Order: sequence, then structure tokens, then C-alpha cells
Amino acid sequence: MPESEEIEDRRRRDYDFIVETVARGARVLDLGCGAGALLKMLVDRREVRGTGIEIVEDRVYAAVEKELTVHHGDFYEGLGYYPDQSFDYVILSQTLQQAHDTVAVLTEALRVGQFVVASFPNFAHWKPRLHLLFYGRAPVTRTLPYQWYDTPNVHSLSIRDFRIFAREQGIRIVRHFYLNKRGRVRFWPNLRAGYGVFVLERAPAADV
Amino acid sequence: MSDYLISEKSLGASVGEVAPQSVEFESLPLDSGQTLAPVTIAYETYGSLNEDRSNAVLICHALSGDAHAAGYHAGDDRPGWWETMIGPRKGFDTERFFVICSNVIGGCKGSTGPISINPATGREYGLDFPVVTVGDMVRAQKLLVEHLGISRLLSVSGGSMGGMQALQWAVSYPEAVASCIPIAATQKHSPMQIAFNEVGRLAIMSDPNWNNGDYYRGDPPDGGLAVARMIGHITYLSDESMHEKFGRRLRDKSSLGYDFTMDFEVESYLRHQGEVFTRRFDANTYLYVTKALDYFDLSAGHGVLEEVFRDLPQDMRFLVIAFSSDWLYPPYQSKELVRALKGNGIDCSYLEMSSSFGHDAFLLENSDLTRMVWHFLEATAHRIGLRFD
Repeated sequence: MPESEEIEDRRRRDYDFIVETVARGARVLDLGCGAGALLKMLVDRREVRGTGIEIVEDRVYAAVEKELTVHHGDFYEGLGYYPDQSFDYVILSQTLQQAHDTVAVLTEALRVGQFVVASFPNFAHWKPRLHLLFYGRAPVTRTLPYQWYDTPNVHSLSIRDFRIFAREQGIRIVRHFYLNKRGRVRFWPNLRAGYGVFVLERAPAADV
Repeated sequence: MSDYLISEKSLGASVGEVAPQSVEFESLPLDSGQTLAPVTIAYETYGSLNEDRSNAVLICHALSGDAHAAGYHAGDDRPGWWETMIGPRKGFDTERFFVICSNVIGGCKGSTGPISINPATGREYGLDFPVVTVGDMVRAQKLLVEHLGISRLLSVSGGSMGGMQALQWAVSYPEAVASCIPIAATQKHSPMQIAFNEVGRLAIMSDPNWNNGDYYRGDPPDGGLAVARMIGHITYLSDESMHEKFGRRLRDKSSLGYDFTMDFEVESYLRHQGEVFTRRFDANTYLYVTKALDYFDLSAGHGVLEEVFRDLPQDMRFLVIAFSSDWLYPPYQSKELVRALKGNGIDCSYLEMSSSFGHDAFLLENSDLTRMVWHFLEATAHRIGLRFD
């Protein structure tokens, strides 16, 4: 990972919220952990017992250099290595929109972990909306920085999409944070927030 | 593993001149039920042991390796087999760690093996040498490690058969191992691996000079051993690396010979490798060590591999490394290992390094491998409270 990307990584605003959410000393699995910036923060600040899964070789090396435990490979396959409820938290930081089979990944993540922390860029943020409206082109913004032909994102979803999806899948939203560059967004998040961060758990059977 | 001529320049700092050492023990019980007595272990060490004896790292060698893992013997310009990885500021950093490597029992480089004198007959053991296992090799290394006054190794590592010994260490002596780095290894030999070994053994045993292993007073079965080595060598390379290294280039001729002399570069290379090998290796040792490899199965008697790791201490750490083009010990075998470790909540990192060099990749200069091992050992040292100035 080039240095600039690494710095950008470290600054990602959802990290602070995730770090605050995760309990001290918890067992944490970070899916798509990249060079390990978030995991390192969690180890240093929350003393978690952390593990990452990452498919890009150079990022795996960068994470090992941070003294982190990392599995090099596909994260769906890597999830399958763990028995039920091996972790307190499974983190999908900016990873959900990049997973081909969202339902399968979330189902596996909720099998392996008690809570899943998922964050993703909100496609219905006003900036991409205006981009589409005025330019008539696939949005390229700060939160969605990729050209349509060169993006790791395979799904374009909004905060509202995700809430509906969670209800349909019997997934309970325990906490949520909506973020833009100034911090937390409380009103009209689907329009005003660049990111959504959700803490999820498997809903008890009676709730479904 | 292959013999590589590595340029001095690429090797960086070296531990310099080293001297082989050896120690004799009264006896060693073997998995077969037999006892080997007495037993000599040849070994070398690099770096220095710290005061509380907590910085020792054991390196285990592969099929054709020996105790000479790093540095140079007096008057020899050829370094040890893992000079790329062991030395000052290298992966196994001898400025920080006390690195030990010993020749396996059954070997032919100083430890008791078929070439040693059988005290019962006064002649070389030959086939009277008992069949040994990877478990036996490790039991012998444990005697050595205790002899050196070390109760717990900071790490045990090796490639190929060395990686299998490292795994065996973790399972046999979990309290004596803080971390384990198996590289290009497996938890059990596959039918394909057994098959290649059996062809190698038959090549040796079909050589009339082999004489049921009793050849030490006459001509050794060099022809058979060379063929065994050639077969082995092919399995250590990859289709891609052979394309790159040889292509279809002809050897000392401009057109095909239309006879059965050597035509291609690759043929000449393999014959040379086979021939060189006979000068430094014993045919019976090849039989014994390949047999030990074929018998290796960590999960034997346990059913599933998960069971084997059930009693490992939760603070033991693993770094499992495989190479993408290794078709002899393919990455899937390392992943099976990783799955079983994770299933038991053991701290385990897995790296699948892209390489075109096949199984031999672990022996070649590789800055990623160096970096990863260095950092993993650093982290392990931190966890056990070991600090460096």
C-alpha cells in the first residue's frame, strides 16, 4: 500500500467510532483489514485480541510488520476456518460493499462473531446524488473515490437500503453512527451522511 | 531442497566462521519401540544465548540439509544452507537470538545414522539402523536443547521437512515452544509426496551397488542416488521456473543429436545436480529420511487435526508460510494446518507468498520472507517480555 493511501487509511473517520464501540480486551476479527491500521488502533487502545484477514499480499506484510496476526486470503474462505462465536466483534470496515455475496458474508460473520460492525459509504449522500443529477455520470466523490471501471465496490447501497436489508435478513441493529466530515450526523442521515457504521447482531428468533 | 550457488553480495552480513559441534547421549527411545544407543547429535550455534536463556531459536533442516545452516567452515567458501535467513539483521537475527541447528538422526552429517558404526557389530549400521520418524528426530533435538540449558525455545522453524519438525515440536513439547514458523510444510505427507519418495528409494535400491544397504566397504550406489536426487529436484522447481531457467535450450550443440546423449540444458542440469549430490550425501540416509517424511502424519491416532492442537497453550503463536508455485507442498496443505489452529483459538498468521520458484522458494534470497520472520520474532519476543537494547 503506498504511503498516501496508508495515511488516508489511518484517518478514516469511522475508525474512531469503531474503536469506541469495541469493548476493552475483546476478541476481534477484521475482515479486509488492509495494512492493519484499524486493528493496530484496537490493539493499542482497547487491548483487543485481534486477527485480520486480507487478500492483498503487500498489505498483509504491512500488517505483520505492525506485529498483528493476519490471514492472507479470501475473507469468505477465511471466515469458514472459525468455529461459531469465536469472536466478540467481526469488523467489516468499508468491506461490505466490496463483498460479492453480501448475505453469505454477513451470515458467516454473525455466526463467527457475537456482534458485527459494518461501515460503508452512503451512496445516497447528497454529493453523489448531485453528481449523478448534474453531470449524469457515476459519482466520484471523497467517500466514493473510484471511477466506475476501476472500483473495488461491487454494490452501491445507501444507509436506508441497509436498514431495510437488515430488517429483511433478521439482523438487529444494536447501534448506528452516521458520519460526515464534521462528525456525527443526527438528522436526515441518508442525505447528509457520507458513511454509515452499524453494530449488528443476529435477532432473537421471536423478533424476526 | 536444492543446492544453490548464491552470490556473496546478495547475502549481506554473515555470522562468519563457524565450527561444527557434537554431543553424545546415552540412548534415545524411538517411535518404533526400538532404542538407539548411544546417539550423537551434530549441531551448530550462531549468536549468543542471553542470561535467562530465553532467546533461543531452533532451526530444523530439510531432507538433504544438515547442521551447517549459516556462516562458513574454516577454509570453505560455501556458506550454510540458510545463509540468506540466518545472520546479523537477517530474518533469524543473530544479533538478538541464539540460533541452533542440528543434523537429524538418520542423517549423514555427523548425527547418528546408517553410516555410523553400530556398537553391536563394529561395522556401519546400514539397514540395521532402526527406522526413525520425524517424532524421533525432534525427541533427539529436545535432548540437545536441554543439554544447552534451554527449557523454552523462543521459536522453532524450518522449511519443508524442517517445517514438519517445527510442527512436531509444538505438538510434542508445547511448554518448550513459544512460537512456531513452519514454511512450505504439511501436517501429513500426501500420497503424491509418498509416491515421489518411493520412486527415489526404488532408484537407490535398484542400483546393484546398493547391496541391501551394505556398501560402505565398496562402491556406493551413486547411480541410484543421483536418479533419486534428480526426481526430487524436479519436484522442488516449478514449470515456470524451469521455463525461465532452461527453456528448450540445447546443451553444447546447435541441433538435436538424434541419439541418447544429452540434448537439452535441463538434462545436463539435472545430471549435474544428481552427480554433485552423491559426493555429499549417503544413499541409505536418503532412504531413512524419506521414510520418516512418508510416515509423518500429525493427526495419526487423533482422527482430526483439530484434536492434535487441542492442548496447545493459548499463548503459542504460529506463522505459517506457503509459496504460490509450490506444487510439492501446495498452499492448501498449509491452509489445512491454519484452519485446525484457528479452530482451537491459536494465534496464527498465514502468508501465501507469490513466487515462481516452486518448493525451493524458501531457500532463495527473499526480502519478504526475511522481513516477515524478523517482525514475527520481534512480536514474539515482546509477548514473552524479551527486550533488546
